[in-house]
Amino acid sequence: MTGFLLRRALGAVVTLLAISVIVYVVFFVTPGNVAQITCGPRCSPEQVHQVAQQLRLDDPLYVRYWHFLEGLVAGQDYSTGTSVEHCSAPCLGLSYQSDQQVTQLILTKLPVSLSLVFGAMVLWLILGVGTGVLSAWRRGRLSERLLTGVTLAGVATPVFVIGLVLMIVVCGQLQLLPFPQYVKFTDDPEQWAWNLLLPWLSLALIEAAAFARLTRASMLETLAEDHIRTFRAYGVGERSVIGRHALRGAIAPVIALNANNFGSAVGGAVLTETLFGLPGIGQELVHAVNVVDLPVVVGMVLVIGFFVVLANAVADVLYAVADRRVVLA
Amino acid sequence: MSLVDVKDLTVEFGSLRAVDGLSFRLEQGGALALVGESGSGKSTVASALLGLHRGTGARVGGSVEVAGTDVEQASDEELRRLRGGKAAMVFQDPLSSLDPYYAIGDQIAEVYRVHARVSRRAARARAVEVLERVGIPDAPRRSRSRPHEFSGGMRQRALIAMALACEPALLIADEPTTALDVTVQAQILDLLHTLREETGLGLLLVTHDVGVAAESVDEVLVMRHGRAVEHGPVGTVLGAPGETYTRDLLAAVPRVDARRAAVGEAGEPGEVVLEATDLRREFGRGKKAFTAVDGVSLTIRRGETLGVVGESGSGKTTLGRMLVGLLEPTAGEIKPGGGVRPDVQMVFQDPVSSLNPRRSVGESIADPLRARGERDETRIRGRVTELLERVGLEGAHYDRYPHEFSGGQRQRVGIARALAADPRVIVCDEPVSALDVTTQAQVVALLGELQRELGLALVFVAHDLAVVRQVSDRVAVMRHGRIVESGPADEVYDNPQDPYTQQLLAAVPALDPEVAARRRAARRELAAA
Repeated sequence: MTGFLLRRALGAVVTLLAISVIVYVVFFVTPGNVAQITCGPRCSPEQVHQVAQQLRLDDPLYVRYWHFLEGLVAGQDYSTGTSVEHCSAPCLGLSYQSDQQVTQLILTKLPVSLSLVFGAMVLWLILGVGTGVLSAWRRGRLSERLLTGVTLAGVATPVFVIGLVLMIVVCGQLQLLPFPQYVKFTDDPEQWAWNLLLPWLSLALIEAAAFARLTRASMLETLAEDHIRTFRAYGVGERSVIGRHALRGAIAPVIALNANNFGSAVGGAVLTETLFGLPGIGQELVHAVNVVDLPVVVGMVLVIGFFVVLANAVADVLYAVADRRVVLA
Repeated sequence: MSLVDVKDLTVEFGSLRAVDGLSFRLEQGGALALVGESGSGKSTVASALLGLHRGTGARVGGSVEVAGTDVEQASDEELRRLRGGKAAMVFQDPLSSLDPYYAIGDQIAEVYRVHARVSRRAARARAVEVLERVGIPDAPRRSRSRPHEFSGGMRQRALIAMALACEPALLIADEPTTALDVTVQAQILDLLHTLREETGLGLLLVTHDVGVAAESVDEVLVMRHGRAVEHGPVGTVLGAPGETYTRDLLAAVPRVDARRAAVGEAGEPGEVVLEATDLRREFGRGKKAFTAVDGVSLTIRRGETLGVVGESGSGKTTLGRMLVGLLEPTAGEIKPGGGVRPDVQMVFQDPVSSLNPRRSVGESIADPLRARGERDETRIRGRVTELLERVGLEGAHYDRYPHEFSGGQRQRVGIARALAADPRVIVCDEPVSALDVTTQAQVVALLGELQRELGLALVFVAHDLAVVRQVSDRVAVMRHGRIVESGPADEVYDNPQDPYTQQLLAAVPALDPEVAARRRAARRELAAA
């Protein structure tokens, strides 16, 4: 187990470094004058030149990347004209746009994204796996066809449609909830949950559809296996056969899909975040890309990468817990 | 009241009538074997006894009564009480028949608690008790193991333990030993026999293997196309069969104690075509390294058949693959005789999975030709047609797909594919073990014929001692990666020198129930000593 964790940690570091290199290269080859964009449309050529120098935009690629690594390991001092700001390790640099430290920026955005995705994950697992099991059990009957129809509709509907409809109906017409507005968990846990309920639901409804279909297929496969026949032939009730024996065998691909979707939703739930005005990672990333704010983009991408890697490592451990034949290596 | 009373049973899957008007009875404590080839409907009958067709879309007609329960009329609740409680079933593949995720003891306890109102702890204790009963050593500890940690024989014991947990009156065993090695098979059959003697359990055995039936039951019912062909005491049916089909079936069963039928003129052994010296093959590295083949040397001559026989894990398949070149030996060398290219081809065990289901059989047979650089389509087609006809199929079968053929025909396709490259040696890895006995006999005959006509050398790798004897000039017995004994087939079989060979031969089921009983007594004595 220790060996597994060490290998995984090492793998994660290598992966994340590789991601950062790729982002740097992509930015280097992207056309457009970064200094001009950062400075604004009304800057004079002198001002633009000054910005370029300040941001070290004229340095070669490897020098800039080396600078980035230095900051990550040892920290960095930045002059903001009048004073010197110290950015302690791990320093991801300053935003070109706001001069804010990227690490600080991440620390304010991350809780929002994690709140959204964690809650939604719980919901999508309950909804998705529940629907999947039910439709595998009721295969071929009317209830199964209805469920299949609903989940298909779920896959096909964009999040801004579901979210918008939910908001209009629940908050507008029925007035059951106020229009969502992010409240920190540490400020007021109850308000936090109420305000996130609709974002959770709309993100979960989209994701649940995929889980329902995967669970159904995987369950049907397991239900056709010999050991299921054994327990049926020994008079074990259908509920036990499905819940104890079939579900456990069918859950592995669900764990894998969940790891992927959780990881990517941390940075990828842009539409949900935008729709509900949640200041999360996804929204920030899109903004940073638009204004070519390299340090912010690198920082955000690394955070997302970190969660994808983490979620997959957790999935591997869960695999081994679910199936003792799996050896962690 | 009979333990099992089946009257005019029919089972239909769609338009296919799998069982057609079958009737039989089994008294308390009796033992009946349903014997038949694949597709005869025997397993369908076994499933019908526990009402396992309910809810599957199969149409069941007639009446089935088991231990006082009318299976067709019973409510779901009554059916659940019957299943496992009054009649328990043991399946063919003990690995896939157990849930891989739970400890064996827990699975038995779960089944026990379905039928007995006891605490978890008491059910667990019962599980350990029945595991001990079926001879699992150190049962309290082993009951916490999962199925993959058990050997094949132990898994089958565990399944039998599960069956015993609720003290049923009837045990239905569907090919209980088909997936097991012959020595393990003997142990399981002995166990079933002892259990019957001690508990008065009724046994319904479903098997394709006449020898297994002869070892285990009092009565035999031979099935074909869903109907009963012959039904009577085991001695009569197997000793003096009244029906032609039964006679043909028995005639096709390879006998381990009979010499190989003379095959044409006894040709002089030809020149050496393949020579292997001190072959070794390891898998894995470091602490997990495992030596599958450990210093095997052999020579193969033109026109002769070398039988390689051994139980699972003996290294016989690894050896075969090295001879063909599918695996690199870790050490040792393989030399073609006379310095010519060895041209070794292979025929695989499973004719279903060794043919690509999405390509026509003609294309599959043409693969080796194309691999050798043949580009002329008419020549390829001509050669493939010739090969198809050579193995007893029709040239017009070129464009058909594997699923359109029966198992025996598919194996013929596999043989044609091996012949396509004009080999001098063909390694056959369990070429007939997936086939019924009558088909087996035909395929074996075809191989012999091809050998005589083309002067092929055959390496016949198999676990079935009787089949190997019927095809081989020389035999090598393998165990733990080594050849423990080798020599002319008749010498090895009639006068085995190595204790392991003796043990193997003693475990082969006898076709005569009296001989079987004598052998069982001998095995028991040996075990008691």
